[in-house]
Amino acid sequence: MSDILVIAEHRQGELRPVSLELIAAAKEAGASSVTVALIGANAADLTGAVSVEGVDEIVTVPTASANFQPDEWKAAVEALIAARSPSLVMLPHSVDSWGFAPALGATGNYGFATDVFGIANEGGEWVVTRAMYKEKVHAEIDFPGKSTVVVTVRGGTWKPAEGSSSPAVSSLDASATANSSHVEFIEPPATGDVDITQAEFMLSIGRGIAEEDNVEQFSELADAVGATLGCSRPIADSGWLPKSRQVGQSGKVVAACKLYLALGISGSVQHQAGMKHVDNIIAVNTDPEASIFSIARYGIVGDIFEIADELVTHFE
Amino acid sequence: MKILVAIKQVANLDDDFEIRDDGKDVDHDFCDYEINEWDDYSLETALQIRENNGDEGEIVVVTVGPDDAEDELRKCLGKGADRAIRVWDDAIEGSDQVAIARILTKVVEKEAPDMVFMGVQAADNAYAQTGVAVAQQLGWPHAAVVNALEYTPGASTATANRELEGGLEEKITVNCPAVMTIQLGINEPRYASLRGIKQAAGKPLDEISHSDLGLSDDEVGEAGSVSRVRKVFVPEKGQAELIEGTPAEQAARLAEILKELSGA
Repeated sequence: MSDILVIAEHRQGELRPVSLELIAAAKEAGASSVTVALIGANAADLTGAVSVEGVDEIVTVPTASANFQPDEWKAAVEALIAARSPSLVMLPHSVDSWGFAPALGATGNYGFATDVFGIANEGGEWVVTRAMYKEKVHAEIDFPGKSTVVVTVRGGTWKPAEGSSSPAVSSLDASATANSSHVEFIEPPATGDVDITQAEFMLSIGRGIAEEDNVEQFSELADAVGATLGCSRPIADSGWLPKSRQVGQSGKVVAACKLYLALGISGSVQHQAGMKHVDNIIAVNTDPEASIFSIARYGIVGDIFEIADELVTHFE
Repeated sequence: MKILVAIKQVANLDDDFEIRDDGKDVDHDFCDYEINEWDDYSLETALQIRENNGDEGEIVVVTVGPDDAEDELRKCLGKGADRAIRVWDDAIEGSDQVAIARILTKVVEKEAPDMVFMGVQAADNAYAQTGVAVAQQLGWPHAAVVNALEYTPGASTATANRELEGGLEEKITVNCPAVMTIQLGINEPRYASLRGIKQAAGKPLDEISHSDLGLSDDEVGEAGSVSRVRKVFVPEKGQAELIEGTPAEQAARLAEILKELSGA
């Protein structure tokens, strides 16, 4: 049997789209049935949002908290596993999953792997693929002797499931003592002069700019070429550009972008989460092995300052 | 007041490397090592809490790793940690994060700190597991991906901000003692002073094995793990079309491409 349980993720009353990617991944992995779990005080409200093609069953687990709470979510998933005995449980590799999925793994009761982007079933045993050594190597992982395997799945790997279905809906109880409690969500500061999610042409800078004093040069270059200036995490963490300009998992996804010029950005997974969908990525980096070159259409192995000095002359 | 900070020495793989004969890992001769970037922020969090506590309290750093990992512990001692513990022996080789967490859990139980800080993830393999796995095995409260923290030693709760996707944050209160995984950017990690580096050489650094912690052989290594690397391989990667030439020639071609693709 390869029954797969997908743990849907939601926040502020909305389904997080990665949940639909997991449903598609479950189908592709050859699930004999797909059960989607909706955990949370009001999560049953999302039943319609997860009734997409490929879903056989929805189980709601009403918990005390409306928002994610790790102890409640862990207890809910344990109750779901006990009730349905899935061979595979899929969660998104997301901040909330980081907050509770390892607790499931640490019970020792299940196989466990994180940030998985390949899933195969070989003769009834799950084999998953993840990256190691800053993505330079991929690893196949198996789980000897485990009848249930829990994995967190990298977002953006599968296309979201679409269409509609009429799954059976039931409810399951799970009780837990919460050791932490939600106070409030804090929205990111207003974007001010810029909303990079709307920009079609981005020029983004990373660690390669080396010093705060160099930001000005690239800001002027962005103006000259007609691009919106963005950055990778280290630049925002250093306070050299506001957080609203940060592209990536903890920053913004540049949803409308069609052309992305990455200067001095190595291309971490977290940065790629915000931009790898862009059709035309061009990268300039001194390191020929930088992972940004594996997703770029065009690349220049070189010094961003030399290239910037020359490039600006073509836009004067 | 005692804070325990668990760190990891992470591997940087050379551009040219070989896979080990058994196919289950790279040949470590092709790696060089450094402290995990996240751990600088965890240690700094602990150091600042002590400073705000009238410099009262002990900070203990711990790692699970071979001899080389001592270098990173010394760096932490140089920045102001008081004491270090390194756990290693041959049986630990091949441990996954759950088995590593089991070892760290024993250290925490022995040290009984008021708070445990660990990085959100390690830069090399990015499992993002160990901190919350330790909390589970301890039965302690936990918070993951913390990018702001208000904590007074001895208090029964702490207030933490979790960094969520897309710039959103969640403020939570957490019962203490707790395990927190610390995110980049929570503070500005200090550099070790010359005086600190000199003092570090004289600070205690204990080396212990899994059996010193009361763990049996089948609780560590592959036997104590819930996952197993079957093989590693070099992925096929996309490759950008490289623009060659002098910087002037490269920039000229880049300008053409930008003008064409941006419709300018």
